[in-house]
Amino acid sequence: MKTLAIVIVLLFGGLLIYCTLDFPIWGDPLAPASMHVSPRYIERTMEETSVPNIVTAVLADYRGYDTMFETIVIFSAGVACLFLLRIFKRIEPERQLYRHIPTGITLRIAKGAEPPRESREFERIDLMWVPYDLIVKTSARLIVPFSQIFALYVIAHGHHSPGGGFQGGVILGASIILFAISHNLRSSFARISEKLAVLLCGLGVFIYAGTGALSIFLGSNYLDYGALSQIFGVDPITARSHGILIVEIGVGICVMAVMVHLYYNLASAGRHDEGL
Amino acid sequence: MIWQIELVVLLMVIICGIGAITVKDLLGAAILFGAYSFMMCLLWAIMGAVDVAFTEASVGAGVSTVLFVAAVFRTSRRTKD
Amino acid sequence: MNELISIIMSKLNYWVYIVLMMIGLYAMIAKKNLVKKIIGMNILQTAVILFFISLGAKTKATIPIIMHGHAAESHAIRATDFINPLPHVLMLTAIVVAVATLGVALALVIKVFQKYHTLEEDEILAQLKDE
Repeated sequence: MKTLAIVIVLLFGGLLIYCTLDFPIWGDPLAPASMHVSPRYIERTMEETSVPNIVTAVLADYRGYDTMFETIVIFSAGVACLFLLRIFKRIEPERQLYRHIPTGITLRIAKGAEPPRESREFERIDLMWVPYDLIVKTSARLIVPFSQIFALYVIAHGHHSPGGGFQGGVILGASIILFAISHNLRSSFARISEKLAVLLCGLGVFIYAGTGALSIFLGSNYLDYGALSQIFGVDPITARSHGILIVEIGVGICVMAVMVHLYYNLASAGRHDEGL
Repeated sequence: MIWQIELVVLLMVIICGIGAITVKDLLGAAILFGAYSFMMCLLWAIMGAVDVAFTEASVGAGVSTVLFVAAVFRTSRRTKD
Repeated sequence: MNELISIIMSKLNYWVYIVLMMIGLYAMIAKKNLVKKIIGMNILQTAVILFFISLGAKTKATIPIIMHGHAAESHAIRATDFINPLPHVLMLTAIVVAVATLGVALALVIKVFQKYHTLEEDEILAQLKDE
């Protein structure tokens, strides 16, 4: 198998290298990739949408269909992970471990016996457990709120600086995953339950597609944000800028919920019982 | 940009890529893959693609590595090959 | 001879990207562990994205964000001052699709491990043949 792999790799590599002999010189301003529609996007973005970040304007306004289907792809990845891994039937685990906090003794409860009630003295720990460290807990508790504020800043300033809906949504999801890693997976479930995460996935796609449908109701084409000027009461150029902000918020919500949902299912292998 | 820096980062990318598929420990392969992602993000920042570099830094060197570590945690860690 | 060296030096960065793609492709075909195959798939995806981004570079041009956009509306924007934003937009979608594919692939790996208790391809094929 390895010799076949080396033969295929050399064949493909040689073919691709032969193709690069026709490529333009690196960094050529007159390369065909920079000639036809890209100068129009660069020159007309400020006067048509008043958004200085050209990449965000092209992503959410000029090529808005692609971004909508990209959001739908992320949503379907979350749904596929739910279908593959999730086990809804509550199976009694064979052993549960509880720890008595004041003395530090670990109790092992066999199958069928009654576990102690969750109170201030007893806490449940995972089977493959690592000692929950005070330093890790405290520093994660300091980092999580500031990273969430930074994520909201990235979403809101996508017009003027590098960023946008997708990057901010991933950082929001990563902050919740940090909380779940440093503390307990179950304490993360208590704050962002599975139902909330799945609902937020759908809400993000709904906001994006709903903005397009709202444009049809107001009499214009699908995903034409200039029609939103009737609701906001501003000229169509500023309405396009606001429309870009709304769909970026929708993309951010969907991406955050899918990242959290993927982590929940992968770390606990579908049972939502114990995890990393 | 300064072509020496770009050459060094390109070399690091190739070394991390070859290392990620060669080590026999799957956790080490996941961490090397995170380092490979981060070096790619540096390359794109050198070429001026700041949005793409931001996305790769948050997705590749962040969430993707955590998902790999979670999956290795639920399966086995050693590999023969 | 000089002409050969000039050809090589102008296309060298494309060849390095092709070497990176081939590393990923080799890992997908030749490695027996499923997680190594997934790592190879991701290396191939990011190498393709790197190749596309390199197509949009322009010499002596700046990043595609218009500075002082709202203040100085009067000065004209020339297209040769900014690098091409169109490959960046397409590659943002590609990175998103890569992470979605990674999530589903890792879910499949966990399911395969739960059934066969191994991740090596030859052992899984042997167990399939015995069934």
